[in-house]
Amino acid sequence: MALTTVDQTGGVPARSLTESLTSGKSDVKGRVLEAILLGALLCSLGVLLVLVIDLLKRSWGIWTERPLDFLTSGTNISNAAEAGVWQGIKGTIMLCVVVAIVAIPLGTACAVYLEEYAGRSRFARWTRINVRNLAGVPSIVYGILGLAIFVKAMDSITQGRTVFAGGLALSALVLPIVVITASEALRAVPRSIREGALGVGATEWETVRHHVLPAAAPGILTGTVLALSRAAGEAAPILLVGAVTGLLRTGNQSFWEQLTGPFTAMPVVIFSYARQTGEAFREVTAAAALVLLVVIILINSVAIWLRNRYERKW
Amino acid sequence: MAVAAPAGAGAIVLRTATGRRRRDRTMRWVFRLAALMTFAVTITIILTLAVDAWEFFSKVDKSVLWGQIGWFPRRGFFDLPTLIVGTFIVTAIAMVVAIPLGLGAAIYLSEYAQPRVRRILKPVLEVLAGVPSVVLAFFAIAFINPNIVRRFFERADVFNLAAAGLAVGVLSIPIIASVSEDALRAVPMSLREASYGLGARRASTAFRVVFPAAISGIIAALVLGVSRAVGEVMVVAIAAGAVGGALFHFDPLLPGQTMTAAMAALGFGSDQVAGDNLAFQSLYFLGALLFLMTLLLNFVADRLVARVREEY
Repeated sequence: MALTTVDQTGGVPARSLTESLTSGKSDVKGRVLEAILLGALLCSLGVLLVLVIDLLKRSWGIWTERPLDFLTSGTNISNAAEAGVWQGIKGTIMLCVVVAIVAIPLGTACAVYLEEYAGRSRFARWTRINVRNLAGVPSIVYGILGLAIFVKAMDSITQGRTVFAGGLALSALVLPIVVITASEALRAVPRSIREGALGVGATEWETVRHHVLPAAAPGILTGTVLALSRAAGEAAPILLVGAVTGLLRTGNQSFWEQLTGPFTAMPVVIFSYARQTGEAFREVTAAAALVLLVVIILINSVAIWLRNRYERKW
Repeated sequence: MAVAAPAGAGAIVLRTATGRRRRDRTMRWVFRLAALMTFAVTITIILTLAVDAWEFFSKVDKSVLWGQIGWFPRRGFFDLPTLIVGTFIVTAIAMVVAIPLGLGAAIYLSEYAQPRVRRILKPVLEVLAGVPSVVLAFFAIAFINPNIVRRFFERADVFNLAAAGLAVGVLSIPIIASVSEDALRAVPMSLREASYGLGARRASTAFRVVFPAAISGIIAALVLGVSRAVGEVMVVAIAAGAVGGALFHFDPLLPGQTMTAAMAALGFGSDQVAGDNLAFQSLYFLGALLFLMTLLLNFVADRLVARVREEY
């Protein structure tokens, strides 16, 4: 059909086709388009670069004058020269510990049920839809959940506005992330491994425990790390739960007392500093933001590296 | 499973030991319980929001919800259009930034980039997705507003919706880019090969063959981007100003409040409006509205993504 068309039109399209194939002229429009697309990508990544440079430039004074003092001082919203981030760092670590204890086992177990036990059942399908929807719920809604349930309704267990309540709110927030990433990791484990284990007489639990989970461990670990970094960066839910925005008076409390007392966290400290006026506080805010940003970028890079490093091709 | 071993000397007993079977059954229940917990979270969220939102809605004088001068919860003005317009302005500005950049990045990564370039740039994009919103909120007031918004619009306020919108846009880029890149890469190679085989150039292949084939996934990416922008809290709470309330206006260069910013103003830490008064309950009402909006958006996106999966 194509041949007859060329014949009928007297060979003009054929000639222009030959010409375009042999002329060697570069496709200018195509090149420009490619450059625009690359520009869009570089622009997106450039924001990250500008952000880091701007924060570094703003906080340079602190890093040259009192880097250790800044990292080890408490929150101070009245005097920028004495302000630091220590309480924020400590609070964030404590929150992450709660999240690691609550959300990660729970999320992984849910993923195991979905991938290894439930399969294509209706219950599994509904759970998957539910988890995907939970992943899209705005973070502040988890703050409301934390305030209404973990602070008020479960007051006798969490002691009100404590690290524990904040950690539970963050756990609910990252639970879908853990479930989704762990499910993906489990799904990547080939059937033959399960069939091998079941074939030699292992129970389902033994198959999961000794064969599937170890094979999926790197993927689950990546999801875990990403979930923790998400929890470390969230401000809205814990602010609603009632994180302290000013100085936290801890005194000589024991660890347990701190776990059941008022708390703060890194994003909350940044929020408190960002609301103060004046250049001195801009510097402090930039320094605090840089600390959080660098820590989170490092954690994420480790996670991404882990995934790429241990991504097994079966 | 439990094959009864025939009686007789030397027969191999295939029945599993009871202890192992019991442990297997227990663990199955443990895992099922974990799956049920995700429903517990959803149901608790819905119940909490529904009960308190309804309490607010039944107590409040309906006339203060519409057509007032603005949203001033402590003075009894709960003008919803103020917040809806604020949310709309911020989301629209965010999408003007995020859609071209996110889609451009996705098309480049999926259709143009060399595998080596892709291996380096894709993770950087994922790192951008991890930037905490409170950090970007500070960036909005310290950098974006003075260097971008106020450079072009001198009359812009120290806090304004435009700067917040730009920063929210930056936060929405990674989700748009990664979801639409997945959609583009899910288009089978044979479609591209057919297009090249017909003599199409790379640009025609990318935009006339691959892009239309991935359109439902790309729309899903945009919907998720909108959902992300609508739900963003910290940026609007810090950079859009208007802590106590906001006047009704359509001007992106003035301070304003979105639904999330209004919730932040009502509920954050020491600023929390104490007690069980109407102002505090409006927090739950806004939460319920926000939840419904994002739920709807995510549901639509979910359907669209499922359609992509079915096709290929």
